[in-house]
Amino acid sequence: MATDTKNCRRQVEDFLLDCAYALDDDQLESWPDFFTEDAVYQIIPRKSYEQNLPLGILYCEGKGMMLDRINALRTANIFEPHTHCHILSLPRISARVDGGFQARTNFNVIRTKQDGAMEIYAAGKYIDEIVVEDDKPLFRDRRVVLESHRIDILLVVPL
Amino acid sequence: MAQVQTDELNVPFSWPTEGVTRVPFRLFSDPEIHACEQERIFRGPVWHYLCLDIDVPNAGNYKSATIGETPIVVTRDENGVLHGLVNRCSHKGALVCLKDRGHAKDLTCVYHSWSYDLKGQLQSIAFRKGLNGGGGMPDDFDVAQHRLQAIRIEMFCGIVFGTFDAEIPSVGDYLGPEMSQMIRRNFGRPLKRLGMHSQIIHNNWKLYAENLRDSYHATILHTFYTTFNVNRLDMDGGIIMSDSKWHHYSYAKRSTVRNAKEYQDDNVHSAQYESKLHGPHLLDPVDEYDDGITHAIQAIFPCLCFQYTLNSLAVRFFRPLGVDKTELFWIYLGYEDDDEEMTRRRLRQSNLTGAAGLVSLEDGCINEFVQRGTRGSEDVSAFLEMGGRDVEPSKNSRATEVAIRGFWTGYRRIMGFE
Repeated sequence: MATDTKNCRRQVEDFLLDCAYALDDDQLESWPDFFTEDAVYQIIPRKSYEQNLPLGILYCEGKGMMLDRINALRTANIFEPHTHCHILSLPRISARVDGGFQARTNFNVIRTKQDGAMEIYAAGKYIDEIVVEDDKPLFRDRRVVLESHRIDILLVVPL
Repeated sequence: MAQVQTDELNVPFSWPTEGVTRVPFRLFSDPEIHACEQERIFRGPVWHYLCLDIDVPNAGNYKSATIGETPIVVTRDENGVLHGLVNRCSHKGALVCLKDRGHAKDLTCVYHSWSYDLKGQLQSIAFRKGLNGGGGMPDDFDVAQHRLQAIRIEMFCGIVFGTFDAEIPSVGDYLGPEMSQMIRRNFGRPLKRLGMHSQIIHNNWKLYAENLRDSYHATILHTFYTTFNVNRLDMDGGIIMSDSKWHHYSYAKRSTVRNAKEYQDDNVHSAQYESKLHGPHLLDPVDEYDDGITHAIQAIFPCLCFQYTLNSLAVRFFRPLGVDKTELFWIYLGYEDDDEEMTRRRLRQSNLTGAAGLVSLEDGCINEFVQRGTRGSEDVSAFLEMGGRDVEPSKNSRATEVAIRGFWTGYRRIMGFE
């Protein structure tokens, strides 16, 4: 994989879309594979993020915790069926000195419930640190910064 | 206190003769009863959570809050004294404080520049003498006669409470000794804010008040609790109640788990889950107290809860946004002297609760299921006889609905529904 932002743009964009569409398409078991072994994934409200408060709404330290999230929602957690539809902006990508990339991508998630009700469930930005391992991009750190601190009903499927 | 009598409701209300073992579903959907609650509970003789001391640490700090539907602002004046004020200009009624939190020298209404000091006293208004010799306030206008409405406030263990009532005794009396002691256990040290979020639940606020006191459901609905031995009914634990019955705490001691066969025999969904974590550091608790209690949920009437789940310390409070909509706030805390590892432990364990909580996310929808399930059944009642029919503390078992009966005991008393 190329390491300069111009030539890697296409690959990073595909990677970001693949992750979003895996979630939308209910391929949740593959979601942890978008991350490095010890990656951090966090969903945090913008207010807390900007105040440098460490604790958000969901926090995974390492792939194992991500896998546990998926296992829990498949077998343990109880909630009404619903689907998500991600709409991503073009990412802004910059190269890092260590060979990785930093990307910011705005997103909307539209939730559809089983009665057909459809609404914007979340809006915000992904602040990503992406590294390349074996020619494959992976998230080393993904902060999902939500515009609102308010979640409607519950959050169970990662964003 | 002005009291609307039960029989003055347009549709007269009477509680079933079985008492608090029955709860009429009408209580969760009737707009008239909802309006009545604003008067008797939210503007009545009750202490309400407003904020934490650490939300307004310095002179000039303010924090917005609500009591029921009424907007409140808590200020710390230049002498460091806290004030509770209704966030409503004495002129036209606009909000004088627009931000959630911040720092200010005064509170000035943006509508007509009526400016109040941090005690709520009016200092000046725009164009008091008019312009070019015309207009202005009448000569007898006196700023000293106008102020923001003050409410009583009191701090208990770093928690700021407020009430519209001039008569009720102190917060300590309101809580009673058992509740006070548990709060001191968890909040008796300097705190640190870690983060907050809120959750909209589409149900009447009292369904969440019940849910918090429902130790019967917790380990059945919330699979994760049971599987990972965070909280099970076969651990040592119990329910402590205040004399007033409307506050309680439920506690468990994780090290005493017995893996009772009832969880298997009764085909409890929560006991069927494969209990292996790929990220075991999610549950990596340390003992912070020597009483063996590893899980405690404490509900303070009407809308406050303190959570101590392993090492995850949080304040939860909720406010009605209408008869069938409630906003639930999760305020996560650590102690000021936590080191980085302890903060990360609290971050990991925060996954257990909140809007995305592995052991709590179901509560985001379960109360809505009751709200929806009871539509059109306002004349039917819930049946609450688990653990008996009494409202006495249950020192040895949490397979009981006694704390919910306690909530309704207090509710009936304050609402005059007896």
